[in-house]
Amino acid sequence: MIEETGQPIEGKAVVATTDPSGSTLDSELKSIIADVLGIDAGQAEVLDADSGLFGHLPELDSMAVAGLLTEIEDRLDIVIEDEDVDGEMLETYGGLLDFVEAKVSEG
Amino acid sequence: MIATWQAPYEGGKTSEELLVSFDQSRERRILIIPALFDEANKLRRFTVELMRAADGRGVDTFLPDLPGCNESLVPLESQSLEAWRSAVSSAAETFKTTHILAIRGGALLSPKMLPGWHYAPLSGPKLLRGMLRARTIASREAGKQETSEELLEKGRREGLMLGGWNIGPAMFNELEQADLDQADQNQMIAQKDLGGAGLWLRAEPGEDAKASEALGAIIAGDAEGSA
Repeated sequence: MIEETGQPIEGKAVVATTDPSGSTLDSELKSIIADVLGIDAGQAEVLDADSGLFGHLPELDSMAVAGLLTEIEDRLDIVIEDEDVDGEMLETYGGLLDFVEAKVSEG
Repeated sequence: MIATWQAPYEGGKTSEELLVSFDQSRERRILIIPALFDEANKLRRFTVELMRAADGRGVDTFLPDLPGCNESLVPLESQSLEAWRSAVSSAAETFKTTHILAIRGGALLSPKMLPGWHYAPLSGPKLLRGMLRARTIASREAGKQETSEELLEKGRREGLMLGGWNIGPAMFNELEQADLDQADQNQMIAQKDLGGAGLWLRAEPGEDAKASEALGAIIAGDAEGSA
């Protein structure tokens, strides 16, 4: 599904990566967020590493975040554990993308 | 269009529940099994919109409230999947429906006796997992630590409040075990068949005219490749 790059992902990966696997993940994650927020792809495109998510967008209440995580699990074929879910991972788009990249590379 | 029906209830009694229907005694009569719990609210408008679309295409539809939901006078916590299944079967007989359309978790209540469609169905464990996750996230935000495991144990023992829905222990235990029945008489409709994104993902109830029209066309037998 995602091309193996052989590069270990550092603790805080840079979001705007040119790596082909990273950018695929970036656009897939944006498409999932667009579906959850009910916005079109163009509006999701402008999300950057510092864009606020949980606690910043009224559309993202706890129920919607739960739906978002389930949708991420389904579409990226990963499992997100309870203990994975923390404020940092959900607070910004960059945090969420870092988390998802690390999960996908774990396989 | 809005009427009531008598759902079977404990000990051979019945409970009066609301019914939304488009009934002109037409040939195709479809029982709509609604999405469950929080998703029921988010998809209510979509559900009625698809019924309007089906009506426009010459098809009767019936959307019964399940006991314990909406305006029901019986308590939700005393309900079980088994009780809801018998309510759904009874509704199918009462309204003499020829098909069913089950939406999301409604597929867990689908009676075997009728052909029909399952729209974006999901299993009991998956439904429960989403609701438990929402609760742990909300608790954490409120500064309270709860784990899914603790909540699972509590739910099995005494039931659990999830997303404002008071789920009793019987229902909780059944949901943990409830698999989707992949029976041949039911055709699966995925979200991608309708286009757009599933409205259950949103924080608020929404509508999607294109998707409800597409689903109405499929169940009316007007869409390409449908029954």
